[in-house]
Amino acid sequence: MIETVKAKAKELLESGNIQGFLGLIEKNGHIAPHLFTDPVELQALNLGDREKAGDARYPLTKYLIQIAKAHPEHIFGILVRGCDERSLKTLYNWNQLDPNQVVPLGFACPEELAEACECLQPYPDACEAGEKVSGRSFEGVAKLDAMERGERFDYWNEQFSKCIKCYGCRDVCPVCFCNECSLASDDLIQTKTFPPETPLFHLVRAVHMAGRCVDCGLCEQACPVGIPLRTLYKKIYAIMDSEFDYQMGYSEEKSPLNLL
Amino acid sequence: MNYTTALTTCTYCGCGCNFYLEVLDGKVIGTIPCKTSPTNEGKLCIKGWNVHEFVQNPKRLTKPLIRKNGQLLEADWEEALDFTASKLKEIAGKDGPDSLAFLASAKLSNEENYIYQKFARAGVGTNNIDHCARL
Ligand code: SF4
Ligand code: SF4
Ligand code: SF4
Repeated sequence: MIETVKAKAKELLESGNIQGFLGLIEKNGHIAPHLFTDPVELQALNLGDREKAGDARYPLTKYLIQIAKAHPEHIFGILVRGCDERSLKTLYNWNQLDPNQVVPLGFACPEELAEACECLQPYPDACEAGEKVSGRSFEGVAKLDAMERGERFDYWNEQFSKCIKCYGCRDVCPVCFCNECSLASDDLIQTKTFPPETPLFHLVRAVHMAGRCVDCGLCEQACPVGIPLRTLYKKIYAIMDSEFDYQMGYSEEKSPLNLL
Repeated sequence: MNYTTALTTCTYCGCGCNFYLEVLDGKVIGTIPCKTSPTNEGKLCIKGWNVHEFVQNPKRLTKPLIRKNGQLLEADWEEALDFTASKLKEIAGKDGPDSLAFLASAKLSNEENYIYQKFARAGVGTNNIDHCARL
C-alpha cells in the first residue's frame, strides 16, 4: 500500500499541481512530520506505522493550517487517514483551511487499528490506497453507560484527578485552533492553579469539543497520565448524533451549536 | 517556502524528552512531541509543549547584565567575568566559601554541569550547589 501512496504523491509533486506534500518521513531513526518538496525524498515516506499500525500518527492537518496561511500562493498535498479527512472537513467548515489549497491523498487503516480506535469509518471518503475495512461501534462508551450513575461519576472523577494540566490534549488536537481558548479563560476555569479543578477543567474542554471533535484519538495518546479522553469525546459524539442528528466529522456543514 | 521539523531534546529538566521544533521560513512556530521517542512517547509536560515560545522570545537575554546603582545594564563578557570573579573572591575571603551558593541549569550540557559543580566544590570549596530542574 505504501508504494501506491508514494507513487501518487510523486505524481502530484511532479505534475506541478502541488508545491509541497505534507506527510511523514523516516529520519534520524524516528518518524517525523515532513513537507516533501523533492520527489526523491518520498522514498523515505512513512504512513505513521512504527511497531503497530498508526502508532506514529501526527495531526498533520493542524500543521498545514500555519503553512498554508503563510503561503497562500501554494497548493499542498497531504497524507490523510479517515480521521485526518474528517478534521480537514471540520477545518474547511471553520474557515481554517481553504479546500482549493489542499489536495488530500487518502489511505485506509487496517483491521487492528480500526478495532483499537473503535472507528466508525476507518478510511477517508476519497481513499486511494489500502483496503477498506468496516467501521466499529463505540463499545467503550457502552461499557461506561452500563455503569450505575454514581459509580460512573466516581470513575471519571478518579480519572480526571490524575491530570497534570499539561494542555497536551488541546495542543495536539487537530481541531483546536481558537485564538482565545476556553481553557485559558479565567471566567471558565482557574488558569494559573494546580491541580486543575475536577471535573470542571475536563468538562469545559469536552463541551467545547461538541460539534468539533473528529475522534482521531490523538489527545488520548498525548495524555501523559492515561485519561481515556477519547471515550469521553466519543460520548459527546453520541449525544450530538442522538440529540441533534449531527455527526461530528462526517456532516458537511457546521454543527447546530455554532453561533459564529 | 521552507518548513522543517528539527528533532531535539527538551532543555527544561533532566528527563530528556524528545520533540520536533517546527520551523517555518526561519521562524520557530511550534513544538511537536516525538511519538517514537522511548523517553516520552509523544507526551510532554506543559513546559515542554511551549519550548518554541522561549527560543526566539525577544525578552531572552543575549548579553550579560550587571546591576549598577540598582539598574541592570548590559555588559560585555570580559567585564562580567571579571566582576563575578572578584566578587566571588571577596565574599569567600570574607565570610568563607559556604557563604556562596551555585545554581546550575538543565539548559547546560552534561559536561558543562560537571565543570560547574567542579568549580563550586574544588575551585571555590563549597557543596552549596543545586539546579533549576528541581522544580
Ligand atoms: S480513527 Fe479511524 S481513521 Fe483514524 S487512525 Fe483510527 S482507524 Fe484510522
Ligand atoms: S479525538 Fe481528541 S485530539 Fe482528536 S479531534 Fe477529538 S478531541 Fe481533538
Ligand atoms: S493531556 Fe491529560 S494530563 Fe494533560 S491536560 Fe489533558 S487530560 Fe490533563
